[in-house]
Parts: sequence; structure tokens; C-alpha cells
Amino acid sequence: MPDLGLSVLLKGKNFARILGGLGVALKISLVSVAISLLLGTLLGILMTWKNPLSRAILRLYLEFIRIMPQMVLLFLVYFGTTRAFGWNLSGELSSVIVFSLWGTAEMSDLVRGALTSIPAHQYESAAALGLSKRQSYFFVVLPQAVRRLIPLSINLITRMIKTTSLVLMIGVVEVLKVAQQIIEANRMSSPNAAFGIYLTVLLLYFFACWPISLLAKYLERRWR
Amino acid sequence: MKYIRKALVLLTILTLVFAFTACSSSDNESNAEPVEDTIYRSLSDIQESGTVRIGVFSDKNPFGYVDENGEYQGYDVYFADRIAKDLGVKVEYVSTEAANRIEYLQTGKVDIILANFTVTPERAEEVDFALPYMNVALGVVSPDSRVIDSLDNWDPNDSIIVISGTTAETYLIKNNPEIPLQKYDSYATAKNALENGNAVAWANDNTEVIAFALQNEGYTVGIPSLGSQDTIAPAVSKGNTSLLDWLNEEIKSLGEEQFFHADYEATLVDTYGLDYEDSLVVEGGVVQ
Repeated sequence: MPDLGLSVLLKGKNFARILGGLGVALKISLVSVAISLLLGTLLGILMTWKNPLSRAILRLYLEFIRIMPQMVLLFLVYFGTTRAFGWNLSGELSSVIVFSLWGTAEMSDLVRGALTSIPAHQYESAAALGLSKRQSYFFVVLPQAVRRLIPLSINLITRMIKTTSLVLMIGVVEVLKVAQQIIEANRMSSPNAAFGIYLTVLLLYFFACWPISLLAKYLERRWR
Repeated sequence: MKYIRKALVLLTILTLVFAFTACSSSDNESNAEPVEDTIYRSLSDIQESGTVRIGVFSDKNPFGYVDENGEYQGYDVYFADRIAKDLGVKVEYVSTEAANRIEYLQTGKVDIILANFTVTPERAEEVDFALPYMNVALGVVSPDSRVIDSLDNWDPNDSIIVISGTTAETYLIKNNPEIPLQKYDSYATAKNALENGNAVAWANDNTEVIAFALQNEGYTVGIPSLGSQDTIAPAVSKGNTSLLDWLNEEIKSLGEEQFFHADYEATLVDTYGLDYEDSLVVEGGVVQ
């Protein structure tokens, strides 16, 4: 077995530090995911309304967030708000704000897509059965839309978890930054550590994202 | 609808054109912004709060890094600890990247940057540098069998290895255009190329080539200091004179006790050996 430099992980508190880094990444992403799922669903429903003003505003918001690289958004919120308004947001809070803005925008478009993909005859049949507008929405359209949403939102959630690696640019020390710190601190004593440490990071991301995929699979089967 | 689309296309083109032409002028624009004088914390603000925030690298061994117990260590950190002690406050380290060091000072999110920050005229327009505490220059390393100790009378059949985007590349293109360069993207590939004998020498920051020669048998740094000597200094937010003056006094008084030599011996000697102590260390802010 080639030397992967894994012994570096056992030095001092290194393993606890890298797990702590994963904790930071998960805390930021899961809080943002919770906010995004909630707000994204609300905005997605709003987007299907025919009101031209609300549609235009939501469209603008979505396009703005979609075009902006997350890195730019992080810099805008972390440094920009200090320049413009003198707010001193912490790195973690800035990250949660950016990831929530991003997640909400993408989630709302997914919800809009899922809702509009429900064929018109479903609405019509519900009306023919004597269900009110509200009833047909909650009992017929939404359950079907949610089922279509599952694989799409899982993609978004795992993407949000992985993209937290960018927050090291605003001074938040998360799993990837800890990994780089460990590799660099041992650059002389174990120059091969990079491979082993990055492999560990890969496994950690995998174990963070895999349960979410399992949950999605379960829900899809359950709601068939 | 047609007109709207046309207008959008036009707008997109204008944006792109502007983006490309604005690259050179963007510096001036950021200067034009009104700079609030409350953005940074003065010396008395820091002492009242009881904590000084210092931006350091957390992954640049041996200058600023985090050890296996999660403690910040290195040449810059050794100095930062002393600053906090002499200010009579606690220190809070902020992990910075090369690309965001200036931004941290301009928004007052850190009080001092001590992250291996090379003094350049461009940077000095954005931040205020204190007196230097270290030298940097370029160096050239070559095999013992044929040590390159001068770039004069260059044989055009010999080439030099550089890493793309480094100051070594820029310097050689500008000052020795007759020397053929072999460019590599990473440290590892450049190292392999030198070991395989693809070129006669490798030019890089002198700290890097010195460390390389010490770790690898059979290589010598024939030119330890090439081109203009640059310095590394602490930086504070533009206009924070109370803190800047204090730092300058601190560096001068630390010179009397040979503080940076002690710092070198505590943090850099394992990497660079004792031979380079006097050429790398700047004591009391005075470049020899």
C-alpha cells in the first residue's frame, strides 16, 4: 500500500479539526437549505400567479442570483455591506445569507417548473369532482408537484453542501480549509499527505450527502 | 418585443465591452468612493476593546500556518503574538487568502495584516505599510554538477524553468528576454522538470529555491538574490496613523533586542538553515 500520508490525520487534534470543519460546512448549508426550501416553495407558488408585477420582480431576482457567481455574492455580502452600510456581518452569517438567497432563487424556479408541469386536466378533473380551488391545489396539485420536486431539490441541496467550500474566501474555516492547513503544516515532514487528506475530504462530503440521497429514494418510493 | 430583445443584446454587448476596458480603470474608481474614516479602529479603540484582530495565512508553512493542535504558528504569527503582548490585548487570528488581504483592511474587518505581504507601489495606494521585517527576492537553483551563478553571457541553448504567473517569470521576460523559459503550472511539475534535467536551472522566490536546495541533495542556489529586493511588512487600513506609528515604533524597538533574528531561529531555521538568516531577516525596519 503506497503511503497516503494518512498518519498525518492522527497527529494531535487533526482528525477532530477536520470533522469540526465538516460541522461548520454542514451547519451553514443545512440552515440555508431549510430557509431555501421554505421560502423557495412560497416564491415558486407566487411565480405561477398571473400578476405581471410580482412575476417580473421574481424573475429579476432569479436571473440576478443565477448569473452571479456565488463567490461574487459572498464578497458582496461580507465586504460590500461593510463598505456600503458599515454593517459588520460575521463570515458565517454572510455565508448563510448568500446560500439562502441562492437556494431560494433556484428552489423557487424548481417549484414553478413542477407546478406548471401538472397537466391542466388534473385541475379540471378536481373541479369536476366539486373540489374548491383551494382544495384542488392542496389535495391534487401540490402532492404531485412535491413528488416531482424530490430529485431536483436533492441535486440543489447536495450542490449547496459542496459549494460551502467557497466560504474559506471570507475567512470561514470549513472542512476544505482545515484540509489545506493540515497539508501545508506537514509539507516538509509528509509531502505525500495531500492525496490522503483530499481523499478523506471526499469521503466526508460523501457521507454528508449520501444520507440525503437515501432519504430522497425512500420518499420517492413512499409517495409513489 | 423585437425592440426589447435588440435593446437587451445591445446592453449585453456594452456590458462586456465595458468589462474588458474597465479592467485598467477600475482601480481609480474604487479610490473615488467616499472613504469613511470610521471604518478602521484606531490604536485606542483596539486597546479599549481588549482584542486586536490580525489577518494571517493559515496555510503558508512556515510563515503562517495552523499546527496539529489547531494553534496558529509561523514567522508572521510569532511577530503577531508579540504585537498583541506589547499592545496589552488578546489576539484574534483571521484566516486570510492572498486575494482578499487588501479587502480585509479596506473594510476594517482586521486591524493588521501580517500575511507575508510584499510591499509594492500598487498595494501602497490601497493600504498603509509599516516598516519591513523581511526581505524577498528571486533566486536561481541549479544542479551541483553545473552551478549557475550568473545570468550574463547566456548560452541560448540553455533554458530556465519558471512557474507561470510568478514574479520570476515576469522578471526574466522583462530583464533577460534572451533566456529561453520553460513554463510549468505547478510547483510539482517544475520540480520534476528540474530533476529530469529538462533545463539548467529553476528561478523562483528565493525562499522557495533555498528550501528546495536544502531538502534535495545535489542542488545549489547559485544566485540567492536576483533583481530588485522587495520587502515584507505589516499593513494597516489606509489612514490609520495611530496604529501605523505604533507599529513602526514597535519594529524599531524590537530591533534593539534582535527580535526578528530570534523569530527566524524559532520558526524559519528548519526550512532555510542558518546561512540565510541575515539575508532574509530585516531588523529594526532597516534594509541593509
